[in-house]
Amino acid sequence: MLATATTAMKSTANAGTSAANRGARAGFEPRLLAGPSFDAGPESWEQHRARLGDLPAASPSRIIPSIERSGLIGRGGAGFPVGRKWRSVAERSGRGAVVVANGAEGEPRSAKDRDLMHLRPHLIIDGGLTAAQAIGAEDLVVYAGSEHGDAVRSMSRAIAERAGRDPVAVRLVEAPRGYVSGESTAVVHYLNAADARPTSTVERPFERGVGSRPTLVQNVETLAHAALIARFGDAWFREAGRGRTRGTALVTVSGPVRTPGVREIEYGVTLAELLAISDGATAEVGAVLVGGYFGGWASTQGLWELPLDPLDLAEAGLGFGCGLIGLLDAELCGVQATERIVRYMAAESARQCGPCIFGLGAIATALERLAACRPARDDLENLTRWSTQIVGRGACHHPDGAAALLTSGLRVFRDEFDRHHRARCAHRVAGLGEG
Amino acid sequence: MGLSLQVDPVRCEGFGMCAELLPEAIELDDWGYPIVREGILPEHLRELAERAVEVCPVLALRLVSPERVRSTLQTRSLAPHTALRSHGGG
Repeated sequence: MLATATTAMKSTANAGTSAANRGARAGFEPRLLAGPSFDAGPESWEQHRARLGDLPAASPSRIIPSIERSGLIGRGGAGFPVGRKWRSVAERSGRGAVVVANGAEGEPRSAKDRDLMHLRPHLIIDGGLTAAQAIGAEDLVVYAGSEHGDAVRSMSRAIAERAGRDPVAVRLVEAPRGYVSGESTAVVHYLNAADARPTSTVERPFERGVGSRPTLVQNVETLAHAALIARFGDAWFREAGRGRTRGTALVTVSGPVRTPGVREIEYGVTLAELLAISDGATAEVGAVLVGGYFGGWASTQGLWELPLDPLDLAEAGLGFGCGLIGLLDAELCGVQATERIVRYMAAESARQCGPCIFGLGAIATALERLAACRPARDDLENLTRWSTQIVGRGACHHPDGAAALLTSGLRVFRDEFDRHHRARCAHRVAGLGEG
Repeated sequence: MGLSLQVDPVRCEGFGMCAELLPEAIELDDWGYPIVREGILPEHLRELAERAVEVCPVLALRLVSPERVRSTLQTRSLAPHTALRSHGGG
């Protein structure tokens, strides 16, 4: 399933270069996806340097304040301010820190990290080097999801192309497949002990991470932005963006649109505009999954004019997450779509913590019965209770993400859940919006 | 100084002895795993809490100063959307 999805993303991402420019505001130029056409494949080191010049040396005293002023926020899902994170690690990096460029991208419908690693590997390495200089790191580890074959090959080739010419040691580690293997403590655990399950140690990676050294785990897209800030400055970075959050972002559009795939947007474009640059919907849209499996369902009411800005989304009870915008065909059943995702999340549990193993398991089982219109009498009531009960009780936020997704489904598809509770579904039972 | 109870969810196997000793601060979920009341433990429960920490067969319960409570291991501390930390490492 994943291979097919990746292929689809790839071909549609190609079509997306021109689309990204076509529908956007006049004057908006893509940043991360600027450069050679996607059909040309990975940008080589020669091309990269010819286009952007050499990476300027970044002294910690200059680059950290510049990253802070830029307002750059993390693109792995949490949106944490990057400058503050770098400062935390820099303050502890007496023993020589480690930077991990996190490209695990376990989120099944998201393709932005794998596409960026495939097409612009040197931008990511430059960003990793910028971070390394800023925090005093001696090692840069590129942690790329092993299932993202094109990305792994491209990163590997890029590291070889510039071997020995960078001030820190750069190596590639393939992340084992799995939804949680990109969680920051799981990343550190894997690099230390070949076990990609999250840990519950009290010390965070930035205090004690890879080889017990302070470790910065930063998403690959985030680092690519940092590489551009190092070159062009924070004022330049802030020129893009429509609203309060500045800069551009990669998003993945999936579902019934003519041109799904990865594109770069300015923060603050509306969902209607994103739909337009995706060449329009091919079906009536019933609901939208905003932010990925860690995000939530949103009803379409008032949604089209909502700016895709993390702050506006948060005020609307949503999250930008990993930038996934998943449209659900109005003919498809929201209960079944929710069940599919939660069942996947339950199966992807690292199976370490009781509330995650048993809680998600029980939730998935109850949802399965409801989705099939064969509910037990208390399934719906239990789901509501469990969705709040398991929050915050795992070593990582995996159960919280599943619970938030379920909570949003219960709210957005409330009528459908009620119908299923009475064993009556109004939708056809095909396709299920896996798009 | 006040202390807070914290469960290590990886170690915890749901023996439930903590909830038996300290129902004022710990209840069990439907699967027998503890839900710890957040915040500072009231002083009058301190002795019982120390005993609960001692009897846990897998040493999953701790008494820690509140600033050492890891956000991921807090109980019902934040609304789901604000509590979420990424799986993508920022």
